[in-house]
Amino acid sequence: MVEFSVWDIFRNLLLAARWTVVLSLIAFVGGGIVGLLLLVARLSRLRGMNTLVGGYVQLFQGTPLLMQLFLAYFGLALFGIKTSAWVAASVALTLYTSAFLTEIWRGCVAAIPKGQWEAGQSLALSFRELLQHVVVPQAIKIAIPPTVGFLVQVVKGTALASVIGFIELTKAGTMITNATFKPFVVYSCVALLYFALCFPISLYAKTLEKKINANRQ
Amino acid sequence: MQTANNAVEETTMEEAAINVAPASGRAIVQITALRKSYGSHEVLKGIDLQVTPGEVIAIIGKSGSGKSTLLRCINGLEVFQQGALTVDGKPLLHESAMAMRELRQRVGMIFQSFNLFPHLTVGKNIMLAPSLVKKKDGAAATEQARKLLHRVGLAEKFDAMPDQLSGGQQQRVAIARALAMEPAVLLCDEITSALDPELVGEVLRVVESLADEGMTLLMVTHEMNFARKVSDRVIFMHQGRVHEMGPPAEVFGNPQTPELKQFLSSLHD
Repeated sequence: MVEFSVWDIFRNLLLAARWTVVLSLIAFVGGGIVGLLLLVARLSRLRGMNTLVGGYVQLFQGTPLLMQLFLAYFGLALFGIKTSAWVAASVALTLYTSAFLTEIWRGCVAAIPKGQWEAGQSLALSFRELLQHVVVPQAIKIAIPPTVGFLVQVVKGTALASVIGFIELTKAGTMITNATFKPFVVYSCVALLYFALCFPISLYAKTLEKKINANRQ
Repeated sequence: MQTANNAVEETTMEEAAINVAPASGRAIVQITALRKSYGSHEVLKGIDLQVTPGEVIAIIGKSGSGKSTLLRCINGLEVFQQGALTVDGKPLLHESAMAMRELRQRVGMIFQSFNLFPHLTVGKNIMLAPSLVKKKDGAAATEQARKLLHRVGLAEKFDAMPDQLSGGQQQRVAIARALAMEPAVLLCDEITSALDPELVGEVLRVVESLADEGMTLLMVTHEMNFARKVSDRVIFMHQGRVHEMGPPAEVFGNPQTPELKQFLSSLHD
């Protein structure tokens, strides 16, 4: 029987961790863009948009990410769209992330006093100008800590993509366990790598929060 | 920045801004049979009002009488259900973003709570709308902002942040910000109500100087002495209607209705 050293295990996990990072980035960039579009649609007060986006948010917040991944993987196939684990995981995580981000950001925009909107309107600013120059710059300050905090959730959420056969950190851990029969060592390394990804982000969120609070005083 | 047929209106605007007694005759604000309700509760029950250019109007009345709502209807911050409203000949059409943008360039508003943009310096607060809406270039906008700040007595505050200023200073910046759009009409919604008593004077002096220079002003106010001194016409609102209207000497000196008498006497208690 072949003997695997801890370095062998760690090295292979590290290679798989790349895909966790890539998937996280896809989810975050994609989710950010979709989330922003949903937010603007909601704020524009177009007829029915508020209900529509609200329903979308409830749908994704009210169902497990695991189910969303299953539905994306098997559901898209039902419509005749050939999906790889890559596409399914990217789509599901993007939609999931967008739902949470749009809701987080909506709260941040709602925290901007009504008087700011009214002042902008009475100065004849258009909706877009008002958002761009008055509301968003103020909302961003409030939005950074919860947004970065949610990024940590997304990184850990990518672990679920392993169930549809996407080979990222968790899936690689399972495969290596099957080959080495050292589950404790392997999953310890997996946990360590997740921590190494998430901890700096959390730390960054805290620093940002402090910086913003310092600016306010 | 303006369409061709606006030449006449532009003159009016400049007259209002530069110290020339405006020609009367044509109403600058025309309100006809205006009704507004929140759900089943009617707050404005048919308002008719004509404001001539250069006129200074004080709107007084109890809270809940609809005076702030009326003011906010004039620049479309409140939507009304019935009636018509024109400013400088331009009708207020809530459905049309273009028409609202046109109209709001003619109407400035100053709020009780100042509503300066806290993330921008004083100078940028003033320059934002002229740069975006009127496409003024940077140098011209800066020069105008400095002039306006000088005019409200805050020349040295160009680079200050709003939260570094006192309430009275913030309100004067808000006035400068509204003036930067060169409005034909200025709406003042209880602009001294949020101020400490010792800061009220500095804001009222600026408003008075605007009145002297011929700016058309509509102000909701609780400063009766100021209303008496500065306004050409006082409107007493009661339960969503214009209950009594006239020159300040008459309204304050010889009130006709029991409601106005009661309101005025309640102020002295």
